[in-house]
Amino acid sequence: MDGAHDMGGAKGFGPVVPEPNEPVFHGDWERRAFALTVAMARPGGWNIDMSRFARENRPPEDYLSKSYFEIWLAGLETLMIERGLVTREEIEAGKVLSPPKPGVKPIAPNEVTPAIRRGGPTEREAKAPAMFAIGDIVRMKDIHPVTHTRLPQYVRGRLGTIELNHGCHVFPDTNSLGQGEDPQWLYTVRFDGPELWGKDGDPTLRVSVDAWESYLERV
Amino acid sequence: MSDHDHDHDHHGHHHHDHSELSETELRVRALESILTEKGYVDPASLDLLIDLYETKIGPRNGVRVVAKAWSDPAYRERLLKDASAAIAELDYSGRQGEHMVVVENSPEQHNMVVCTLCSCYPHPVLGLPPVWYKSAPYRSRAVSDPRGVLRDFGVTLPDTTKIRVWDSTAEIRYLVLPMRPEGTEGWSAEQLAELVTRDSMIGTGLPKQPGEAA
Repeated sequence: MDGAHDMGGAKGFGPVVPEPNEPVFHGDWERRAFALTVAMARPGGWNIDMSRFARENRPPEDYLSKSYFEIWLAGLETLMIERGLVTREEIEAGKVLSPPKPGVKPIAPNEVTPAIRRGGPTEREAKAPAMFAIGDIVRMKDIHPVTHTRLPQYVRGRLGTIELNHGCHVFPDTNSLGQGEDPQWLYTVRFDGPELWGKDGDPTLRVSVDAWESYLERV
Repeated sequence: MSDHDHDHDHHGHHHHDHSELSETELRVRALESILTEKGYVDPASLDLLIDLYETKIGPRNGVRVVAKAWSDPAYRERLLKDASAAIAELDYSGRQGEHMVVVENSPEQHNMVVCTLCSCYPHPVLGLPPVWYKSAPYRSRAVSDPRGVLRDFGVTLPDTTKIRVWDSTAEIRYLVLPMRPEGTEGWSAEQLAELVTRDSMIGTGLPKQPGEAA
C-alpha cells in the first residue's frame, strides 16, 4: 500500500540524529513490547508479511506520530484482535474478560534460542526458470495495491538493471493476505541516481531494491 | 539487565503506585498480564528473548566477521561469494540473517544500507537497529541524498567515490565490509576488531584509524 511507511525520497524530515552510546532498548516497556511481538508470532499464527502490514496499515498521522515500538505494539494488538486472541475491550480494560482461544501454545523457554537461531528462511524451490538474467534492463511496474507490497513507490516505472539473482523466495504480497507463499524469483535491481531523481540526481549514486519477478516488466 | 521484577499478578497495576509510568508503559504491562493469564506467552521465555538480544546478539558479532575478513583472505573470498555460509562458520546465523549478502567498500565505491519501508537489518551480526536507522530522516534521505546523510554522520567522501545504496526491500540482509585501515599491516584479527564500528558495517561511518583504537 502507498502508506506513510514508504518513505524513500520523501522530503522535509530533517537531519539524521545519531544517539551516542544508544542502548538496545529505551526503557523496559520497549523490551517487553519487542519480546511480546516476537513471542506471539507462532502462537498467533501470522507471518512476517502480515505483521508488517499490520504496522503500516494505519493513518499517516498515526504512523508518523508513534515511536517505533509504539507502532509494533499497535500492530500486535491489531493482529491479536483480528484473530480473536484478545478483545479490544480487554486491551482497554487491561484485564482478561473472556476465556482464552483454545489450542494456542506458547513458546517454552527451551524453545527460544533454537527458534531465533533457526529464523524463518524464505527461499523456496524454483518451479520455473528465471525470466531475467544478470545484466538485463527491466522496468519496475507502476502498481498501487491497497494491500501489502514490498515495491517502494520511488522505483515504480523506473528502468533498472538486474544485478543479483537470489533464487525463489516467498512473495509478500500474497503471503500477507494468507493467500499462500507463491514463491517467485527475487532479484536485486540497480538504478542510476538520475533515473530515480531526475536531472539533479547524483550521477555517482546507484540505488538498488530487491524485487520479485512479478514486480518487473521486460523492456 | 532488566528491572523486570514486577509481578505477573493480573490485577497488580491497579493497586500499585505506578504514577511515574506513561500510558504506553501501563498498556504494555497490562497486555503482558493478559497474554500470560490466557496462556499465550510464558514470561520466562520473554526474559530469555530479551537477554538474547541485549547480551548475545549485537554488533560485536559483525565486528568479528569483518576482522576475520580483513585478516584472512580466504575467508574474505568466501564471505563475498556466499555470506550466509561464511557467517554461519562463525555461528552467527538466525532470525533476520537467514539470507546474507556482504558488500565490499573500495576507493571507487562506498556502500550504504537502508530499509525505506520499515527496519530490515541483519540482526545476527548487528543486533537490533538503532533509532536513527528506523527513523523517517534516514529512511527518506538515504536513497535520494546519501552524501547529505553521510554529512549528518560527519563523513565526507571524495566526489570521485561512487555511492551505492542497498534498500533491503526483501529478506536479503546486507552487511558492509569496510576498507581495512592503512597502517594495520601485521595486525591480528583481535587488534583489527578494535577498529570496526557498527556504523562502518551499515555504511554510515568509516572504521577507526589505528591511532583511534581504544
